[in-house]
Amino acid sequence: MSLFFTIFALAACLGAVAVVISQSVVRMAFWLVVSLGSVAGLFFLADADFIGAAQLLIYVGGTLVLLVFGIMLTASGPYMKIPASPGETVVAGLIGVMFLFMVFATINGVDWDGSRDRIMAATHQTEGATGFDDRSEGNTLRPLGFALLGVRPDVPNGVAGAGYLLPFEIASVHLLVVLIGAAYLARAKRRQDVV
Amino acid sequence: MINTLAANSLTDALTGPLPLLGWDISSDTAFVIAAIIHAVLIFHVFALCPFFLIWLERKGSGRIQDRLGPTRVGGRFGWLQSLADGIKLIQKEDLCPPVADAMLFRSAPYIVCLASFAAFVVLPFSHSWVAVSADCGLFILLAILSLEVFGIIMAGYSSGSKWSLFGGMREAAQMVSYEIPLAICALIPIVSAGSLNLGEIGDMQSGHLGNWFLFHDPFTFVAFFVFFVVLTAGCKRAPFDLAEAESELVGGFHTEYSGMRWSFFFMGEYASMFALCGVAAILFLGGWHTGIPGVDGLLQEWRTRGEFTPFGYLANVIGAGVFVSKAAFGVFVQIWLRWTLPRLRIDQVMITCLKYFVPISCFLFLGATVWPLLFMFVWEQTTIYPEPLGKRAAEIWSVRHDDSESNESVSTDADAGSSNDSESIEVELSSGQYVASTNKNVDLQLQSDSSEQTALAASIEVRQ
Amino acid sequence: MPAELNSYLLVGAVLFVCGVICMATKRNAIGVLMGVELVLNGANVNFVAFSKFTTLGLDGQVFSLFVIVLAAAEAAVALAIVLNFYNNHLTVDVDRGNKLKG
Repeated sequence: MSLFFTIFALAACLGAVAVVISQSVVRMAFWLVVSLGSVAGLFFLADADFIGAAQLLIYVGGTLVLLVFGIMLTASGPYMKIPASPGETVVAGLIGVMFLFMVFATINGVDWDGSRDRIMAATHQTEGATGFDDRSEGNTLRPLGFALLGVRPDVPNGVAGAGYLLPFEIASVHLLVVLIGAAYLARAKRRQDVV
Repeated sequence: MINTLAANSLTDALTGPLPLLGWDISSDTAFVIAAIIHAVLIFHVFALCPFFLIWLERKGSGRIQDRLGPTRVGGRFGWLQSLADGIKLIQKEDLCPPVADAMLFRSAPYIVCLASFAAFVVLPFSHSWVAVSADCGLFILLAILSLEVFGIIMAGYSSGSKWSLFGGMREAAQMVSYEIPLAICALIPIVSAGSLNLGEIGDMQSGHLGNWFLFHDPFTFVAFFVFFVVLTAGCKRAPFDLAEAESELVGGFHTEYSGMRWSFFFMGEYASMFALCGVAAILFLGGWHTGIPGVDGLLQEWRTRGEFTPFGYLANVIGAGVFVSKAAFGVFVQIWLRWTLPRLRIDQVMITCLKYFVPISCFLFLGATVWPLLFMFVWEQTTIYPEPLGKRAAEIWSVRHDDSESNESVSTDADAGSSNDSESIEVELSSGQYVASTNKNVDLQLQSDSSEQTALAASIEVRQ
Repeated sequence: MPAELNSYLLVGAVLFVCGVICMATKRNAIGVLMGVELVLNGANVNFVAFSKFTTLGLDGQVFSLFVIVLAAAEAAVALAIVLNFYNNHLTVDVDRGNKLKG
């Protein structure tokens, strides 16, 4: 378990660093695939099967293929590189490292067990949300489906209104709008000067 | 996900003192051994698929073109031809063109291979013969197979050749659009099944031919053929093999490849053909069930005796044989199509997908969802499965959810009244496949067996 | 439990920071898009980790599902914009999009 976690975590982090370092856009896309694929592996390890599969299907199989397609359409020559200015890179790198240390210090500073107890005390829960069905096997598909339909059988006291039906509908309408909008934006236009 | 179904049963079988040597195997060690066994088995399936299918392709194409095909290597039918090909390919020089982006060029074949290999992890070969029995198995399988296209695009782009680039771009456009009807068509039997677990879906279709999802309703019947055509396009097989189109693009995305790396693409291609045809067999053609009424019932009866009993094991072996032959027949039809039909143009391929397959599959999906309602309102009866989908899903979920709680309560007050009830749940769950509960025949049994208490508790649980 | 949670959060933080640096330094518009994807993934790792290790429960997974879906939508629109930009400027260098600078 921890061995797999180490492998996937290292691959995710190194892939992300390589995305920043590499200059060629297609190599960036390749390292992004490595990174996002390993994140999907992390999701599988964290018992989120559906999220991991969605990550693979939507991000790696969909979005990134689209990005590479975009790279091919917009490349003005083979292996197009637009180098970043070194000054900017150094400044951004410094700020990034500082930010990372800040986040790291914060993560280590928080007492997660204590906060869990406090949350449970505040919400009058005796055992806390012990989570969803069969956590050990990551079978969260049906609970997720119920949650998206607005039913929450996994919440202990059956809190009303804890479902996600409205966000789900909004997301679907949003996707429709995006579909039409993207098709409209990227449509083949007649150049005015040509006519 | 970590605790896999088949690995668990193997782990249980391995745990304990070893018969001959007297070693005591802990459950952790047994789990590792079970995992290794699965990995090795899947790797062999992955390697032997192309081995057999490439031979089949050469033989089939030969027959269709009125030739003999390979005849010499390995005796009468040239059945070792793939081995000879492999040995030849290993000896070839591994070339990398100077204009290529070497790192991407070298790693692209591995991505293709890795993706189609990983798809076998969630593909069941027989009842509970699956490495990872995930609840969203079909979704994971489609997701992993969609990674394959990325390797092909990488290969096309990084070769630094215009033929490869054209091949890669065609592949990208084709894949992104064909994934949509593929996923929608795969969802159509799911609407009737109420589960994404491939093992469950396969087990629902036991009994007789009429239980196959192919014959479930007119929409699934049409959906199978649409699915098969889309699947052929998804595997970039002729008449949709625009990515390699050897008469116009030399070799398409693999123009610049040679030796082992070139053969990796084909291993990946044939393995994913097999995997997708296997999915089609599970979704529509009854998976590992023969479809013959008496035989299926007998095999099902053998399976209930336990997985590691001789008859149970034999039933599973027969099931695996049936499944593999169904999938191989699907691949054979693809081969047959390839050598029969001429190749489409790229714009025709895109129009076929976007103007025909997407609307058709959307209509079929709508029809498949409306069909049970029609039955309910017009004839006041449900389709072959006794209950609506949502209710069944809720019951499966709550029965499994209840299990942990009811176990505790029963252990505290093991009275005569509740023991019968808990037993029926436990039998159902300890067989590892609550699958059985969704099967038509068993479902009726279960309803008569289990006391009203469970149903009541389940419905209360869901209402909350 | 906290050790595992911390390591997940650390991975999330690294992804986030790499994404931010990527967004800030890349001049290729598609590179900037990739930075956005990394940032969103960093957030997703956190959601899933909290869903596993804290009282957040299933909600974390639902949230990361929404993030993934909306990220895909965002990428589609952004790519359409990039293609439009390329049509007008014949480049995808974001530093060249300075017509409104005055």
